[in-house]
Amino acid sequence: MPTMTYLEAISDALREQLRADERVFVMGEDVSAFGGAFKVTDGFVEEFGEQRVIDTPLAEAAIIGTAVGAAVVGMRPVCEMQFADFVACGFDQLVNVAGKAHYRFGLAVPIVVRLPSGGGFSGGPFHSQNPEAWFMHAPGIKVLAPSIAEDAKGLLTAAIRDPNPVVFLEHKHLYRRVKGEVPPGIYETPMTARVAREGSDLTVIAYGAMVHAALEATEQLDASVEVLDLRSLVPLDEAAILASVAKTSKVLIVDEANETCAAGAQVAALIAERAFEQLDGPIRRVATPDVPIPFSPPLEQAVLPSVDRIRDACRDLLDY
Amino acid sequence: METSSLRPAEARPVPAAPEDAAGAPAHLTTADRIELLRAMLLMRAIEARALALYRQGRVPGSFYDGFGQEAVSVGAAFALGPRDRLCPLHRDLGAHLVRGVAPARILAQYMGRASGVTGGRDGNVHFGDPASGVIGMVSMLPDMMCVATGMAMAFKLRGEPRVALTWFGDGATSRGDFHEAMNWAGVQRLPVVFVLENNQFAYSTPLSKQFAVDPVERARAYGFPGVTVDGNDVEAVFEAVLEARVRALAGEGPTLVEAVTMRMHGHAAHDDMRYVPPGLLAEWGERDPIERQQQRVAELGIDVDALRAAVDAEVEAAAAEASAAPMPDPADAVRGVFAEGEPVPLGDGRAPWSGFVEALS
Repeated sequence: MPTMTYLEAISDALREQLRADERVFVMGEDVSAFGGAFKVTDGFVEEFGEQRVIDTPLAEAAIIGTAVGAAVVGMRPVCEMQFADFVACGFDQLVNVAGKAHYRFGLAVPIVVRLPSGGGFSGGPFHSQNPEAWFMHAPGIKVLAPSIAEDAKGLLTAAIRDPNPVVFLEHKHLYRRVKGEVPPGIYETPMTARVAREGSDLTVIAYGAMVHAALEATEQLDASVEVLDLRSLVPLDEAAILASVAKTSKVLIVDEANETCAAGAQVAALIAERAFEQLDGPIRRVATPDVPIPFSPPLEQAVLPSVDRIRDACRDLLDY
Repeated sequence: METSSLRPAEARPVPAAPEDAAGAPAHLTTADRIELLRAMLLMRAIEARALALYRQGRVPGSFYDGFGQEAVSVGAAFALGPRDRLCPLHRDLGAHLVRGVAPARILAQYMGRASGVTGGRDGNVHFGDPASGVIGMVSMLPDMMCVATGMAMAFKLRGEPRVALTWFGDGATSRGDFHEAMNWAGVQRLPVVFVLENNQFAYSTPLSKQFAVDPVERARAYGFPGVTVDGNDVEAVFEAVLEARVRALAGEGPTLVEAVTMRMHGHAAHDDMRYVPPGLLAEWGERDPIERQQQRVAELGIDVDALRAAVDAEVEAAAAEASAAPMPDPADAVRGVFAEGEPVPLGDGRAPWSGFVEALS
């Protein structure tokens, strides 16, 4: 089985869907001649042409709005926001136009909006955000956030084939840092959680880059720690979360996003409501405090959840 | 067209109506001209009926209408082919009627009934019947300009001879989506028609507080023409949009058509219009689009009273049908957020203009 980086796996999914389905096209700022700010679509224009690999004006609302228009007349647009942060400029088109169309009059809007997200490399307040919770709170939008290369390919494939608007969070810090075996050919990864490591004493729930932080933090602990990779935030795999908590009775939830109303807050609420009787300790959370992501390395590292913070929280819980 | 002397602080100067009202237009048969009148009569009768239902407490929420603006939606929609796609605004009921949405479904929509176009999930004119090739609007204006631009982009990518059309108001030209859509459509030379429905007020805000230069002037800066038509002359609106459609199909890109009209009612039914200068409504009342078309049709020897009576009877029957329809099942409120399976393609709406009928036959 070929080994690919997380980024190569995303490119692979896009390339295969462009080959397999003539309705698919990609568009965004600098995605064509330049191959995208992170080179996800490098070489695409040579294979697929400018009609299907479209450099757009710098206009996030129009990127998403025109994608909606193209989708409702039968296309399968995949939009790239150059950085996830910029989706704020297209928020209205996504939340009000795309997200509500099916509920209002049964109109499917099959678009994918790719969001290069996350911090850890001095991107500062406008190139580091994790905006997934904004869209979890907006009905009608699916929210995916893979952590490994195999899932990145399989979930992006599933997103492109899905009849709904899907925001696809691809963590920039994983792009070239994470490598893994990726099956050749077309396959879909289900929009469910994945047990990244089995364990029986404690469950750590995470997604995206934090899955890797959680695995590293719990590797040396003298305990059996289960790490659950959510992979999909909408739909949220409630059954997998509850099953893991039932098994371990202790749970730590890690978000790289700002703490208040983050995905992990929803997971905590779910567990508190549905698994209270199974718990043998408080639900603990590690997340980024509610501050913009600062630029300077010591400041940024002070706020992003670190391996040490996760490990300390695990120890506290195991000792509880 | 004058630009520097334009003073939007005052109501927009209105282009003169054709002198020879009975003179046969180039592209419209007698049947077409009757159909234009019929659609406008139907729009006004439905909205009048719905307003009465609103005042009786049988239409929940708020009520918006396009009284006095009927020519803009009817004239523009009449120029569209069956495979064209459109995104009407909340004063464009006529577009839905031209495309063939049944009056009973529209009245049921206003009343929040299960048989309304959205089954009670959205209100008033916030609907689009997918089977008619119509995409429903959202209240954030002019978001649908971007959507229409995207539909046109798909048509161009696939090499299909189709256009997209959307309407938006004078107020909406102040938002960024106007710029993003105009620029995008201009850069890619897309087959899209933008109809600026200039009805003098955005809620209570007059043109003088909305822009320094009439937005039709902006079209040239985006690389395509902007034309102004008398928005109270349904045949003039039709001709302008038909020409824009021909340009679009010839690969010449978008057109901005400014239809100058007047919102004769308040922003919504609660609005007493105290901000409208005295005399302005009376002045525009003299230019009623239905009266004008009725005169033309009458001069062709058509019995317009009979036409009016038929429309009124149709609306009464529709109101009865809508009133008898059940309210939606509360259990339905949480269903249908996500689509499942392969999307159902949009249908082709009714396209009654004789030019299309001939082309098909």
